[in-house]
Amino acid sequence: MKGIIKKIDRINFGLMSPEQIREMSVVKIERPDTYDEDGYPIESGLMDSRLGVIDPSLKCRTCGEKGGECQGHFGMIELARPVIHVGFGDDIHKILRSTCTECGRVLLDDDEIEEFTEKMEELQEAGESVEDLVKDVYKICKDKKTKEVCPHCGAEQEDIKIVKPIDIIEVRKQYDENGELMTEEDGTPLTEDYDLTASEVREKLQRIPDEDAYVLGVNPEVARPEWMVLTVLPVPPVTVRPSITLDTGERSEDDLTHKLVDILRINQRLIENMDAGAPQLIVEDLWKLLQYHVTTYFDNEASGVPPARHRSGRPLKTLAQRLKGKEGRFRSNLSGKRVNFSARTVISPDPNISINEVGVPEMIAKEVTVPTYVNEWNIEELKEAILNGPNVHPGANYVKKTINGKEMKVRVLDDNRELVVENLEYGDVVMRHLKDGDIVLFNRQPSLHRMSMMAHEVRVLPYKTFRLNLCVCPPYNADFDGDEMNMHVFQTDESRAEAKSLMRVQEHILSPRFGGPIIGAIHDHISGAYLLTRDGFTVREDDAFQMIRKSHLLNNEYVDKKHLKRKNRDWTGKELFSLLLPDDLNMNYKAEICRKCETCLKEDCQYDAFVVIKDGQLTHGAIDEAAYGSFSGKILDTIVKEYGPSRAKEFLDRSTDLAICGIMKTGITTGTNDEEIPEEAIEVIDAHLDKAEQEVDKLIATYEEGLLQPLPGRSAEETLEMRIVQVLGEARDTAGEIAEGYLTMGKQSQDDSYDYVMAVENHSVVMARTGARASMLNLTQITACVGQQAVRGGRIERGYINRTLPHFKKGELGAKAKGFVHSSYKSGLDPIEFFFHAMGGREGLVDTAVRTSRSGYMQRRLVSALEDLKLTADGSIRNTADTIIQFRYGEDGTDPTRSVGGKVIDMDDLFTEVLGDDADALLRLDSRDVGEDYGSREKDEMEYFEEENSDYESETEYESE
Amino acid sequence: MAFNILNHSAVPKHEILSDDEIEEIFADVDYDISQLPKIKVNDPVSKAIGAEEGQVLKITRKSETAGIFVTYRLVSGENNQK
Repeated sequence: MKGIIKKIDRINFGLMSPEQIREMSVVKIERPDTYDEDGYPIESGLMDSRLGVIDPSLKCRTCGEKGGECQGHFGMIELARPVIHVGFGDDIHKILRSTCTECGRVLLDDDEIEEFTEKMEELQEAGESVEDLVKDVYKICKDKKTKEVCPHCGAEQEDIKIVKPIDIIEVRKQYDENGELMTEEDGTPLTEDYDLTASEVREKLQRIPDEDAYVLGVNPEVARPEWMVLTVLPVPPVTVRPSITLDTGERSEDDLTHKLVDILRINQRLIENMDAGAPQLIVEDLWKLLQYHVTTYFDNEASGVPPARHRSGRPLKTLAQRLKGKEGRFRSNLSGKRVNFSARTVISPDPNISINEVGVPEMIAKEVTVPTYVNEWNIEELKEAILNGPNVHPGANYVKKTINGKEMKVRVLDDNRELVVENLEYGDVVMRHLKDGDIVLFNRQPSLHRMSMMAHEVRVLPYKTFRLNLCVCPPYNADFDGDEMNMHVFQTDESRAEAKSLMRVQEHILSPRFGGPIIGAIHDHISGAYLLTRDGFTVREDDAFQMIRKSHLLNNEYVDKKHLKRKNRDWTGKELFSLLLPDDLNMNYKAEICRKCETCLKEDCQYDAFVVIKDGQLTHGAIDEAAYGSFSGKILDTIVKEYGPSRAKEFLDRSTDLAICGIMKTGITTGTNDEEIPEEAIEVIDAHLDKAEQEVDKLIATYEEGLLQPLPGRSAEETLEMRIVQVLGEARDTAGEIAEGYLTMGKQSQDDSYDYVMAVENHSVVMARTGARASMLNLTQITACVGQQAVRGGRIERGYINRTLPHFKKGELGAKAKGFVHSSYKSGLDPIEFFFHAMGGREGLVDTAVRTSRSGYMQRRLVSALEDLKLTADGSIRNTADTIIQFRYGEDGTDPTRSVGGKVIDMDDLFTEVLGDDADALLRLDSRDVGEDYGSREKDEMEYFEEENSDYESETEYESE
Repeated sequence: MAFNILNHSAVPKHEILSDDEIEEIFADVDYDISQLPKIKVNDPVSKAIGAEEGQVLKITRKSETAGIFVTYRLVSGENNQK
């Protein structure tokens, strides 16, 4: 790399004058050819070797450098006739509209010009934008253009129109033979459109004096208005448009070269025709063609211009297309770059690794390396790595040495290993393989929040997938249906240290989006913990110790040995789970399985839904989603906030281990049997639905008789519709409730504790009630009744004229005719129901697709707007100009991560802490919203969308390749 | 007969600060008044309370997070949005 030669003081934007283009050009291109038969560049052709070379074996005829060294030189094409530059069509139109048709002066009087010039100079000095003033000038002039004469020469004005992107049209007033203005009957002047040629436009622009150009917003020193009309076209160097040699030996040219060939061909023909004195019509046609080619050369997606196409029919990628959009130079190559020391592969789950670990395939570990400085303490280890070489796992790929101030990179090969080891000395850098314990960055797109990129510890594992703990699926929004993730290896100690303190998984258990845990137990962890900790579940002591051992609770720094003594009796699940809890933990809350009874029996809850933890002992209540699930885990939330991230990490790792042990002890299974209800229940449900349908028919009858009382502010039709929807909604809900009465986890009697435990026989219900997966709504839709299908937020209306399907009478309003599904998924839908269900399902799919793209774009705009705001030491939010955006962050100066469900403090916690047991009277357990609000609401919404779509089993995996 | 926007429930309380008040409030801060957020002179509220360019408005409004929140805005001319 060359050193810094010059420092940039400022950048000036302007237009290139024809002289500048000619000056910087090294060759005038005249021939529309590239190479001759022998494959040599043709002199003054588009590949002229004075434009620079790509082939390293050739020398540039301008600078003498080899290919690769020479950055290329511009050439030029002298256009036979001037051509308008597409990028400036609008500006030309605005300028011409603000200036006199005859003399080219701006349509302001001398005083106004002076006033505006002064104001602009002031603003320029202050470094502020003159945009608004320029707009004002345009507004004033535009008005004068149609109504007044030129204040300078007194000429009548003709208005100027533009047909996008480049046709400038003069609207000429018509005069009769006496020189009288011709008018329409209503007095408006008669006009005729006249297409201005590029030459005429250029002449008009040329007439504008420098002083006038300044008030029009054009600085004549760097951009004369007429330079917007091209007379000479710069030809970019070949390095910008390299030709590709195909495997067949055929040469394939860049799109830009193709376009330049077109321009040159037409240009030559235009010159020949003009020299031969061809008729005006032919010259004009060729001129228009030249304009078209130059236009598409700059922008092949200009509106109103048919895009130039390749022989295959593919539109050409010209200058604007190279820069624009997601795949353009800015977004794809400058804002985002591809990097080294990164890896991407499919992910799969591994419940046996910690949440802050990632399983890295050995294959990848051998490819991406960590630069390690050789020192006294690691030299032996590194020597061994070098001896292992690049192909054996804890090996090394390169060694970097500095000899006489020159850096040398030596590749570790089979035959030089011994030599490299011999010469290894302190201060050398060994590029050693990734090994267990290294810190890496792990990421899944779309990276919507900071938890999408976290630092993990490496675990080198066999096979070819990245392995991750299931608890980190929610923050990454990952599943294992083929998802891929990226890994980046830190290359400096600074970055590694920073990541270790800021980006590790345990630092992100709490989400800044709501003050609760986003990393937590999911699915089987939850059902497992419930099955283990429900009332009456016991294991034999030796089994208990086996579980303790398997979930790494022996010799665990956080588990006191005193809890691990023999009890000489069976252990309860609650005792096992209590091992995980800190000894001074005290809390109580309502579990997910809570049925929200009218009066809460608290400790005596018959569903075991009131959780009490006293001095680290789980005395009442079962563990479920509300305890340590992602988005809502209260115990987890308390542990992170009170005991810190490391303790929480350990709790999560161990508790999920234990839950898996629990689920393996009891076993879990599900099938359609779980959604079975007795025949008599089905009869009750059917009777109920029939009754609802009769009610709907009754409503319709009242409506048809004109006796339906409309609700305030509604028409009779709307009232009827609302009533029907309400009746059917209630009918489905009651059907669901009836079914729910039969869908229990098991026998509810506590008389015989052994039976009670073993009575857990419906695992679908266990999963739904504990919040592990699915919901009671899902289950009742399977067993009882699917319910009303909706499109566009109402009953189904579309289809045939005045009816949804030809099976119905025109204007029929009944339940069945508008998409009510009586059947359950298990009993099966009839064809009509199936069709309506498909309609509703399709709308859901379309909505999701629209929503993802729209919210993605909104996110992008928000990020661009907020990315450079920062929190300063005084608590205010400032932008880069150091002006204040918000006097106090979030107005309350609170970090939402450390808030309690978005609130600054939780009074209940405070009472408990200060008053201990006496606080019970003050606690508002019912209205308590610790971590519940945002997190669970969000999860509900997510599940709601899933429900809508999961009917279709088409996971719309959004992979942005 | 003109509607008084200041009485509208969605318009928070705006007060013009005196020079003394400005000095007191912004005595201990590391920014100057020109760095405050701006409000245009021709903003309906500025017009309603008769604020002039260069004055500072104290805005007291309800806040979802902080209960009551006080901000300040510098009254500025038309061409100084930045």
